[in-house]
Amino acid sequence: MALLQIAEPGMSTAPHQHRLAVGIDLGTTNSLVATVRNGIAVCLPDEAGRSMLPSAVRYRADGGIDVGQVALKAQTTDARNTILSVKRFMGRGVKDVAHVETMPYDFEDGPGMVRLRTVQGVKSPVEVSAEVLRVLRARAEASLGGALCGAVITVPAYFDDAQRQATKDAARLAGVDVLRLLNEPTAAAVAYGLDNAAEGVYAVYDLGGGTFDLSILKLSRGVFEVLSTNGDAALGGDDFDHRLFCSILERAAIDPPSLEDARRLQMKAREAKELLTSCEEAPIHVRLSSGELVDIVITREDFAEMTRHLVQKTLTPVRKALRDAGLAPDEVKGVVMVGGATRMPHIQRAVATFFGQEPLTNLDPDKVVALGAAMQANALAGNRAQEDDWLLLDVIPLSLGLETMGGLVEKVVPRNSTLPVARAQEFTTFKDGQTAMAFHVVQGERELVADCRSLARFELRGIPPLVAGAARIRVSFQVDADGLLSVSAREMSSGVEASVLVKPSYGLSDDEITQMLKSGIEHAGDDMMSRALREQQVEGQRMIEAAERALASDGDLLDVEERGAIDAAIAELRALCAGSDHRAIKTGIDAFARTTDEFAARRMDKSIRSALAGHKVDELEL
Amino acid sequence: MSIDLTQDYFSLFELPRAYAVDDRALEAAWHRLQSQVHPDRYAHLPDADKRRSMQWATRVNEGFRTLQKPLARAQYLLVLAGVDAGVETNTAMSAEFLMEQMEWREAVEEARAAGEVGELEKLHTRLLQHAREVRAALERQLDIDHDYAQAADTVRRLMFIEKLQHEIDDALLALEG
Repeated sequence: MALLQIAEPGMSTAPHQHRLAVGIDLGTTNSLVATVRNGIAVCLPDEAGRSMLPSAVRYRADGGIDVGQVALKAQTTDARNTILSVKRFMGRGVKDVAHVETMPYDFEDGPGMVRLRTVQGVKSPVEVSAEVLRVLRARAEASLGGALCGAVITVPAYFDDAQRQATKDAARLAGVDVLRLLNEPTAAAVAYGLDNAAEGVYAVYDLGGGTFDLSILKLSRGVFEVLSTNGDAALGGDDFDHRLFCSILERAAIDPPSLEDARRLQMKAREAKELLTSCEEAPIHVRLSSGELVDIVITREDFAEMTRHLVQKTLTPVRKALRDAGLAPDEVKGVVMVGGATRMPHIQRAVATFFGQEPLTNLDPDKVVALGAAMQANALAGNRAQEDDWLLLDVIPLSLGLETMGGLVEKVVPRNSTLPVARAQEFTTFKDGQTAMAFHVVQGERELVADCRSLARFELRGIPPLVAGAARIRVSFQVDADGLLSVSAREMSSGVEASVLVKPSYGLSDDEITQMLKSGIEHAGDDMMSRALREQQVEGQRMIEAAERALASDGDLLDVEERGAIDAAIAELRALCAGSDHRAIKTGIDAFARTTDEFAARRMDKSIRSALAGHKVDELEL
Repeated sequence: MSIDLTQDYFSLFELPRAYAVDDRALEAAWHRLQSQVHPDRYAHLPDADKRRSMQWATRVNEGFRTLQKPLARAQYLLVLAGVDAGVETNTAMSAEFLMEQMEWREAVEEARAAGEVGELEKLHTRLLQHAREVRAALERQLDIDHDYAQAADTVRRLMFIEKLQHEIDDALLALEG
C-alpha cells in the first residue's frame, strides 16, 4: 500500500497543487462568479441555487448592508439608499452619467468621480462595487473551501483607464487579488472558442445592462488575437428600459412621477422588455402611489420602433471595428452574442442583417463571460494543463496621448495596439530658460483635448535652463496587460526624471483607498497589521514556491556557488515568513528578488530560445 | 535586466534581414515568442517576474509591429544600415514629387469640401494602387540594389502617402459620422 505524503508544517506543498482561482463578471445589472472544477468551467450558485447576483447594494439605516435579491426588494421603498447599475458611475463624473434626473440618488457633485449620499454616509461607486465583490468572494470561498489565490475580473472592452482603475480599486477594497482585468468580449470568445474548437475570424457583439462592446478576434491554433475593438461604455439594456419607461409616461400621460413611482415604472418597463422576448405583447397595469392607474399594452413592434435608434447606435461601433481590422462584414465567420440584452429579437435581426448570417446564440448570454473568465483565471493561477494551452493577445481600446500647444492631442499609443505596449514621444521647451514642464495625459480619438477624457496631470521639474527648443524631454507610456497606463518623463541631457503611475482624475487617491480599507477593516474587527502581515507572507511564500519550481526545472543554469546562494536565500526568506514582522518580510522579499534576479533573467532567455528552437537554421541570414 | 538590446528584431523573430517578409512566418514567430514571455504566463509569479515578462512582451509586440508594417519595416532597415532617412531634416524632395503631392492634396480637399464620398473612395483606391507601386520600388532598392539613398527617398514618399491615406480616412469618417 502506498504511503500518503505529508509535507512538513511551513514547507511548501507539492508544486502542482491546485490554486483556487475564479472568474468574476462584475456586471451592470447582474454579477457572477465561476471557477474551473475538474476541468470544466461552472458558475457558483448561492444557497438558493441562483448563479446571478443582482448588482444591487442597499445601505440600511441600522448600519447593515444588503446585496443582491434582498437589496432589490427595497428598490422602490428605499430608492435613495438602494444603488442599482453602479457600474455606470465607475470612474465617471456626474456630467458623464446619462439620465441623472430620473435617478433616485442623492449625488454629491465635485471634482473627480461622482459620489452618492446614503444613510451610511457618502459612498464612492468603488465602495459600492466592492460590496458586490465581497459577496461573490465569500460565495466562492465557501463553495471552494479555502482562500482564493486570485480572480480574473471582467470589464467592458471599451472601458477607459479611469474605469479600469476604479474596478481594480474595488477589488482591492474587497480583498480580492486581481490576476488580470479581462475584456468581456474576449472572455466570451475564450469560452466559445474553446468549447467549439473555433478557428477563423469572429465578432463578439456584447450588449450588457449598461455597456456595449464589439470585438473582432482571430482564432488560430490556440491563439485568441483581438484585431480591433470598439463600443460605447454608456449604452446598454438599461437604455432600452429607459426608452420604454419614457414611452409609458407619455402614453399614460402622467405628470412627473415621484421617485418611488418612477422606480416602480422602471421595474415594469424592464419586465415588459423581458416579456417581449417571448411574447408578442406585454400589458402594463400598475396603480401609482399618486392614485393614477397606468393600463397600457406594448407590442413587440412598438418596442422595436421606439428603440430603433438605440439598435442603430450599436452598429456604428461595429462598422468602426471592422474598418480598423481591415475586414468586410462577410469576412466574419461567426457572430457570438453576449449579454442579456442580446435576447431582444429586434437586436438579433439587426445583427443578422448587418453580417448577412444568423448570430450564434447557442451559449447562455448571461454566463458566457464569467465562464471564460474562470478558464483564464485557472490558467493564470498556474493550474494550466499542457494540453489546454492557449494565448490571449488583447488590445487597448482607445488611443492615449498628451496635450500639446493649442489644446490639441498628440497621440502616443494608437487604439488597437496589442498589449502590453510601450511608446515614447519627445518634446522640447517653449521658452528660453524653462525649467519645468506640465503634462496632461488624455485618452480618446478626438483631436481636441476638450473632447477626450482627461486621465492625469503631472510635472517634470529641474530641467536645465537652456534656450527654447534645446532641452529634449522624452515621455514614455507603458500600458500593461490589464490595459492600465503608467507614464514617465525624462530630460535626456541631465537625466532628470519624473515618474507617475497614472492615477486618473476620475479615480480615487491612494489616501482615500487606505482610508476605506481601514474603515472596512475596523468594521470587520480585523486590524491593519495582521492584514499587512498576511499579504507579505503570501507574497514571500509565492516567491519561495516560484524559486523552488525554477530550481527544479532549470537548476542547471546555475553553478554551485550561485545555487548555494539561492538555497540560502530561500531558507532565510522562509524563516522570515514564519515570523510576524511584516516589514522584515518585505525587506527580505526585496533582498530575495535581488539574489534571484540573474537566475530569472537566464530562465527568460532560455524560454525565448526554446520558443524559436526547432526552427531551421538555413532560414536565417547571418 | 537581461533584455538584449543589441539583438535586432529580425534576429529576434529569426527572419532574414530584408524588406520582403514572409507574413505567416512572422506571425508564427510572434505567437511562439508571446507564448513564452506574455504576462499571462507570469501572473501567479512574484512581481519581479511579472515586470520582466511585461518588458519582454512589450519588446516582442514592438518588434512584430515594426516588421509587419511596410513603412516601419523599411525605416527600421535604414536604421540598421546606418542610413538617416532624413525624416525631419531632409526636406529637399524633387520638384516633381512636390507637384504630385500638391495635386493629390487638392483633389482630396475638393472632394472633402464638396462632401463627395464616392470621389474620396475613388481617391482612396487610386492611392492604394500608387502605394503598392512605391512599395515594389522600395523592395527593389532595399533587397536587390541595396541603394539606401534611393530607399530613403522612397521612404519619405511612402510617409507622405500614408499621411494622405489617413486624411482621406478621416474625411470619410467625418462625412459618414
